[in-house]
Amino acid sequence: METLNFDYPASQPVPRRAYVGVVGSGDLEVLLEPSPDQRAHVTVRTSADGFGEVWEAVLDRFFARNDLAAAIEINDSGATPGTVVLRLAQAVEESRS
Amino acid sequence: MTVSVRSKTRFTELSARERAAALLDSGTFRELIGPFERLESPHLEPQGVVPACDDGVVVARGDIGDQRAVVLAIEGLFQGGGIGEVSGAKIAGALELALRDAERGHPVRPVLLLETGGIRLQEANLGLLAIAEIHAAIVALRSHVPVVGVVAGMVGCFGGMAIAAGLCSHLVMTREGRLGLNGPQVIEQEAGVAELDSEDRRLVWETIGGDQRVATGMADALVEDDVAAIAGAVRIAFETGVPAEHRSAQVGFYEARLAGIDASEPLDGPALRTLWRDEGVGR
Repeated sequence: METLNFDYPASQPVPRRAYVGVVGSGDLEVLLEPSPDQRAHVTVRTSADGFGEVWEAVLDRFFARNDLAAAIEINDSGATPGTVVLRLAQAVEESRS
Repeated sequence: MTVSVRSKTRFTELSARERAAALLDSGTFRELIGPFERLESPHLEPQGVVPACDDGVVVARGDIGDQRAVVLAIEGLFQGGGIGEVSGAKIAGALELALRDAERGHPVRPVLLLETGGIRLQEANLGLLAIAEIHAAIVALRSHVPVVGVVAGMVGCFGGMAIAAGLCSHLVMTREGRLGLNGPQVIEQEAGVAELDSEDRRLVWETIGGDQRVATGMADALVEDDVAAIAGAVRIAFETGVPAEHRSAQVGFYEARLAGIDASEPLDGPALRTLWRDEGVGR
C-alpha cells in the first residue's frame, strides 16, 4: 500500500462532515470534514502502489471544479478514477444535505 | 448521519450500515464508535493492507419493535468480513454491555449480521481471542434475551463466526446465505476437489445454503432477500423469546444424529435432508 498527500487552496467552508463508500475491492471510503484552514487537505491510502500521478490528475481536476475547504481522508481498495470521482461527489453532496 | 434505504429492497445490496438501519425501527438508528472515531485496526497498515475507519463493523443502537436494541453489522466487502482485534472487540464489547444492561433489568435486543469468513488472517491470534470473547458473550447474554443472528449473504458465515451463529438463540437465513465451519474453497484446497468441488454451486448450496440449513434444523427461519422480510423475521424471533433449550446445548440430540450417519456411504445434501427432516428439530 502507499500513502499520498495533496493540498489545494480553497475558500468555501464545508457545512458538515460526510462519510461514504466502503474499503472493498474496486471501491473506497471517503471521510470528509471541514478543514481547519482555508485549504483542502487530502490523504490517500491506496492498496495499489505506483499510481501517484493518476491520483494527482484526478484530484487536481476535482479541486479545479470544486472549491472546498475540506479535510478528506480516502482509504482505497483499487478503485478506478471514475469511481473515485463519483465517491468524492457523493461525499460533497452528503455534506450539503 | 442519516442512512436512507428507501430506494432499495434487496437486503444483500445494502452496506452493513444500511442493513443495521433497515432492521431498526424507522428513525431510531444511531451509530456508536462511528467512522469519524477512526477506531481502525493498528495491524493492517504495517502489513501493507489499507484499513477501514470502522474496521468493518457497525455498532448501531435503536429500537426493534419499540424495545431497545443493538445491531452489530459486519461489512462483508471489507477483508471478507474477517474478524480482527478491533472489529471483534466492537462486537464483544457491545454484547458485554448488553449483558450488563440485561442483568440490571434493562434488556437490549441484540442482533448479529454475520457476513464473515471468520478470523482475519492478518491478525491471527488476536482475531481468535476476539471471537472467543464473542462466543462467551453470546452464551452469557442469551439466557436473558434472545440473541438473533442473520446470515443473508453474499459472503456467508464461516470459521469461528459460524460457531457464533450456532450459539445464537435464533438464526435467520436467506437462500443466498451460506453457513459452515470451513468454506467450500478451503475444503477443496485442503481435501481435494474429489471431496468438494467449490465451483459446483448447486452442490455447495445444497450442502451449506440457507434452504438446507433451515430444512435440517441448523437454522430457524428461511426468508426472502428482502428488507421487510428480514426485518419481520428478526422481530418475530424476539417475540418468540428465549428457547427452552438452545440448539448448541442439545449435545445428546446432535450426537445421536451424527451417530446415525453411515460415513462409509456417500451422503449428499438431499439425502441428509431426508435423514434428518422427519426427526424434527430438537426443540
